[in-house]
Amino acid sequence: MSAVISAETTGLEAPPPRRRGIPGTAVLRQTHGLQRGILIAGLIMIVVFVLVAVLAPVIAPYGFNDDRAHGVIFGTQQAPSAAHWFGTTVGGQDVLARVLFGARTALEVIVLAVALSLLVGVPLGLISGYLGGRLDRVLVLITDALYAFPSLLLAIVVSIMITGGRSTPLGGILAAAISITVVFVPQYFRVVRNAAVAVRHEPYVDSARITGATPTRIMFKHVLPNVSQTIPVLATLNASEAILTLAGLGFLGFGIEPSAAAEWGYDLKKALSDATNGIWWTGMFPGLAIVLVVLGVTLVGESLNDVLNPLLRTRGGGATTADEAEIAGLGPNDSPLDPEIAGLGPNDSPLDPGGGGLDPGGAAPGVAEEPA
Amino acid sequence: MAVRILPRSPLLRYLAVRLALIVPTVLILVTVVFFFMRVVGDPITAALGGRLSPDQLAARRTAAGFDRPILNQYLEYLGRLLHGDFGTALTDRRQISEVLVTNGAATLELTFWALIVAFAVGVPLGRLAARYRDRIGDVSIRVFAILVYAAPVFFLGLLLKLLFSSTLGWLPASGRAAPAVALELQHVTPRTNIMIVDAILYGDTGYVFDVLRHAIMPALALGLLTAGVFIRLIRINLLETMRTDYVMAARARGVSEAKVVRKHAFRNALVPIVTVMGMQIAMMLGGAILTETTFEWQGLGYMLTHYLLARDFVAVQGIVTAIAVVVAVTSFLIDIINALVDPRVRY
Repeated sequence: MSAVISAETTGLEAPPPRRRGIPGTAVLRQTHGLQRGILIAGLIMIVVFVLVAVLAPVIAPYGFNDDRAHGVIFGTQQAPSAAHWFGTTVGGQDVLARVLFGARTALEVIVLAVALSLLVGVPLGLISGYLGGRLDRVLVLITDALYAFPSLLLAIVVSIMITGGRSTPLGGILAAAISITVVFVPQYFRVVRNAAVAVRHEPYVDSARITGATPTRIMFKHVLPNVSQTIPVLATLNASEAILTLAGLGFLGFGIEPSAAAEWGYDLKKALSDATNGIWWTGMFPGLAIVLVVLGVTLVGESLNDVLNPLLRTRGGGATTADEAEIAGLGPNDSPLDPEIAGLGPNDSPLDPGGGGLDPGGAAPGVAEEPA
Repeated sequence: MAVRILPRSPLLRYLAVRLALIVPTVLILVTVVFFFMRVVGDPITAALGGRLSPDQLAARRTAAGFDRPILNQYLEYLGRLLHGDFGTALTDRRQISEVLVTNGAATLELTFWALIVAFAVGVPLGRLAARYRDRIGDVSIRVFAILVYAAPVFFLGLLLKLLFSSTLGWLPASGRAAPAVALELQHVTPRTNIMIVDAILYGDTGYVFDVLRHAIMPALALGLLTAGVFIRLIRINLLETMRTDYVMAARARGVSEAKVVRKHAFRNALVPIVTVMGMQIAMMLGGAILTETTFEWQGLGYMLTHYLLARDFVAVQGIVTAIAVVVAVTSFLIDIINALVDPRVRY
């Protein structure tokens, strides 16, 4: 079976040596020109975002839920002024304060959601991919079904399950994070599982088995390091999706209670009727905040993808790495669902020709179909 | 190794497996939604708790059968679903199946307009980007593609409203038609609930224009999101195809670069896009929920938000289930098209 796999799965059977440490300066050094510029621009945006999130209480002029300071009421829907740089909302809160504190909420949810999905998705993928068998089939079927589901809907359903459709203290940030986690777990599961399937009969895994290592040890010490290259990329790309999902939940009224934390999506919902009346500042600033953060995270994710993704390097040819990165960048998030892989698999080759789900474009560049 | 119960022809075999997989996919989704939503408790208490006395609540629960074992309810629910019965909304007593048909038509219309925008914007820009790769045109198009991805549809919608509706006053801020027009169009027979079709059937050009004017901003908001994905896909696939031998052969024969892109590379580059279209349907339906809420476009997403806020979980469950089925079936259809178009799919 291993022969079949290694013959079919170009690229995955020989992962490059594992990089030690956090890919930081090393990544930067591997980039050049425009690519490096993009990476740096993205990093700057992320750093600003994190700083704002951490320092929100210090730099914000007022609390996010304050409608008065020193006994003076701000007034509702006030245009931007010296006292309120971004104006005030329909509820009479300072827009700038809400935007700054919104960064804090967003960061908390991103970190929680990505950490939770890693904690659940990676071990699940490892076990499923390494052990295989019936458990694997069932898990693949379930995660594929969930993966096909519109992610926002799934998040809504989970959010209802956790909060009962009511806002509770537990609701808030944790509920939002868990809702988003459920959306992400299938993605990590797919990536890790497919990679684990590809390496489980590699000689180094076999030799570990022969020396009597326990399955747990093999999975986490031998398989995991060799399947983890794509995880940083996926986590980064997911972080941007997490912000969008959180904002979507908030926009539909399913996010975080407005008095408990500032949330950009909720503010945009409130700003919707303002827009019809020509009041632009209530929606413009939270919206721009979302765009900038998602943009920063996406730029970094794509650059990381370019540098770290092992699938890209093994493929020869003339395209620049940036292009290849983009091919794979489309992967985990946008790739077509491949349930047939799971179902067809006469129990040996769940990785379809060319890594299947990972790159819709790269299946076989050289298909010589007759030009019309 | 595989048991030979499947057809020998690779295409038929592929389709058979793919078809067989719809059933578990839909079943899993229905099951997940059902049990997730029931963890909360029974729908009656969720929707009407606080408004009725405990006795009245208990009576309503018993009448609706929500006091029976959850497994019985689940099986019964599945049985009714098989007959197309999605139940009745608790809050406004509408038949969910009727909501699905009436408001589903609105969502279908929105998705249709959005797809037109996505293709009209995505395909030409993707081609341009590939053609002028790594030059200023390419870079700006790619930045545009990332920007439309990074902007939530409701923010894009809000910006459009600010510009075209409140500042310039060119376009109506929300709804599918002016109230008078919508009222008049209710008398069209046969009524499709697809406004543009109804307006054409009604035969009034003014109405058709009114409906079109209402569709512009929602279609842009939802369509641009998808256009961003299309741009990236088309650009990448074109670049991939441009590396192939037959394109090089065409170049060697002296075919002009524009013609190489148009005649030789483009069609083959379209194949993977069909695949991703399947995935886009799910994404578009998610985006449609937000777009419809932004523009008060009374489709499924709008109703879903409405029922969510009313905590009418019977209605929510029905709509979510229906969307799940639509997604599963569409992705099957796309796979069929793909298998027919691209022989590589049927391994």
